[in-house]
Amino acid sequence: MEKIIRIESKTLVLPLDDVDTDQIIPARFLTTTTRDGIGNALFADWRYDANGEPNADFVLNGPDVAGCEVLVAGRNFGCGSSREHAPWALVDFGIRAVVSTAIADIFRNNSLKNGLVPVIVDADTHQYLLDNPGITVIVDVKQRTLSLPDGRTATFPIDGFSRHCIMNGIDQLGFLRQQEAAIADFETNRPWTP
Amino acid sequence: MSGKSLFEKVWDEHIVVPETDDAPAVLYIDLHLIHEVTTPQAFALLKDQQLSVRRPDLTLATMDHSTPTVPVTTLKDLEVVAEAPAAAQIRAMIDNCEHFGIELYGFGSEYRGIVHVIGPELGATQPGKTIVCGDSHTSTHGAFGALAFGIGSTEAAHVLVTQCLLQRKPKIMAVTIDGALQTGVSAKDVILALIGQIGVEGGVGHVIEYLGNPLAGLNMEQRMTICNMTIEGGARAGMMAPDAITLEYLAGRPQAPAGADWDAAVERWRKLPSDPDARFDREVSLDASRLEPMITFGTNPGMVIPVTQPVPTDTGDPSFRKALDYMQVEAGKPILGKAIDIVFIGSCTNSRMTDLRQAAEMIKGHKVADSVRMLVVPGSQSIKAEAEAEGLDEIFISAGAEWRESGCSMCLGMNGDVVGRGQLAVSTSNRNFEGRQGVGARTVLASPATAVASAISGTIADPRELNRH
Ligand code: SF4
Repeated sequence: MEKIIRIESKTLVLPLDDVDTDQIIPARFLTTTTRDGIGNALFADWRYDANGEPNADFVLNGPDVAGCEVLVAGRNFGCGSSREHAPWALVDFGIRAVVSTAIADIFRNNSLKNGLVPVIVDADTHQYLLDNPGITVIVDVKQRTLSLPDGRTATFPIDGFSRHCIMNGIDQLGFLRQQEAAIADFETNRPWTP
Repeated sequence: MSGKSLFEKVWDEHIVVPETDDAPAVLYIDLHLIHEVTTPQAFALLKDQQLSVRRPDLTLATMDHSTPTVPVTTLKDLEVVAEAPAAAQIRAMIDNCEHFGIELYGFGSEYRGIVHVIGPELGATQPGKTIVCGDSHTSTHGAFGALAFGIGSTEAAHVLVTQCLLQRKPKIMAVTIDGALQTGVSAKDVILALIGQIGVEGGVGHVIEYLGNPLAGLNMEQRMTICNMTIEGGARAGMMAPDAITLEYLAGRPQAPAGADWDAAVERWRKLPSDPDARFDREVSLDASRLEPMITFGTNPGMVIPVTQPVPTDTGDPSFRKALDYMQVEAGKPILGKAIDIVFIGSCTNSRMTDLRQAAEMIKGHKVADSVRMLVVPGSQSIKAEAEAEGLDEIFISAGAEWRESGCSMCLGMNGDVVGRGQLAVSTSNRNFEGRQGVGARTVLASPATAVASAISGTIADPRELNRH
């Protein structure tokens, strides 16, 4: 997993609420057994028309998309299924941070394990971002802040452990495996067995 | 000190290492359900790092999501009926289970079915357990008083390797459902109404515990319907305390404890219900006696109205407008009477015997409207067999519906069962997201009763009207 400490990028703005994982990556792309090229399916049904041609008015097909690493979305981004294909597709496309006022739980968890920073900000900052697409923002994972071009900053919540893992590109499985003794102990000593 | 809630009791019993400011808790998992779609990348990680599955005995595997609902008796059949990527994914599941020593309820197994249907059916889902699966509707199992929630593929790999997950303790919301349901109103309508009330992000960050009087009147299948769709309200898990109905359902199931083990388990389970002075972070109540059959009009499950009511008026909100455009419904107008193309009875929400019996009873002596294709997909092969033993298949087929092998089918349209572009479907499944049932498909979520009434009339219909004729 790539280390992320600070992201400075223009924003892409998708001003819709409750964008679900079926939109982020439709189910028909889930028959893959790898993650290869999964970014091509990102927002497939909004990005392409019935003939497979890009929809000119969809934000991901805009002229300034190259290099954009921050996606600003409406409330409750990533609701719906637990498919980790959703953050995989976003990361494969080049997105490193998603900004909203609320991000669905499972999607948020999956993002944190894939180098995609969930940035939950206050309603005012969010509205400003929605109203001003394409501005350059700085997501600072170390400081837990998002800075706007006018100098304002908003803080966002990220627990210390996830922050540490994101900043150091740490795979959490390694940490869990170090708990082996405690796990074995738990299995031996629990009062009942499943 | 206040008492403990059901959630806290289950959570506390599974803490291997407590959480601190610096690190989340290490939570032990008693049952890991796996299926073909969200595991290939997890197994690939294990193979890459040459790791093994710690507890194959606590891992329950089946095939449901991309699996065909036409009969497959040999792997050769699979190549014929499934598209190449789906067939490859199913073969990968078979190979991975073999490689890692996990028993698979695959083709030919009488227990194969939707993962959230077979866990309870086998008796593997039990009160007080922690249960996870790479699928958000794992919340279903909370109906037994288990703590059950969906995880991603990376977390699935964590559980395969360590039988544990890193978790922060969520908040708890109590939802009290009071009052008896009116005729024609079902558990599906209750959960749709609740999501309408709290909104699709209402439960984010929370586990919901359901409390209240009618719970005692709902059978396990109806309780599962409510916990199943709890995720659509944003909560990761829904829980209901075990009671006599839970015990009656579990007794004698293949993986339920037996003999002295059963007695010991019951003793343990009796201590699970929330203490009277348990504290909740948020409390919500719903008067079930006032509910009507519910129906969705938009593109998420929170966009829901009583079937007799008009679509809400336009607020100018872009997400609302986009949803109405997509659904081709008008603000302020009723959707009752709108012509439909497809009726789907199935999914982990409504594909169990209670649902199928009710649907069959209603459709008996009627015909599916000529303009409508109706698909009935039982949740598991066991349900299929039981329904056939009761002659329900005959009733559906003679009414003009299709009767299939078990699987997720048209709930997410991965296995070839899809709603066509622009078609309108009344579905007993759980998600009406854009394109969920097929590219350009329009979905209206409803109870099995509303779905059957709609199939017969060829339009969105009120099930109470059918009963009146
Ligand atoms: S039936 Fe639908 S919701 Fe349930 S597990 Fe299958 S795809 Fe998911």
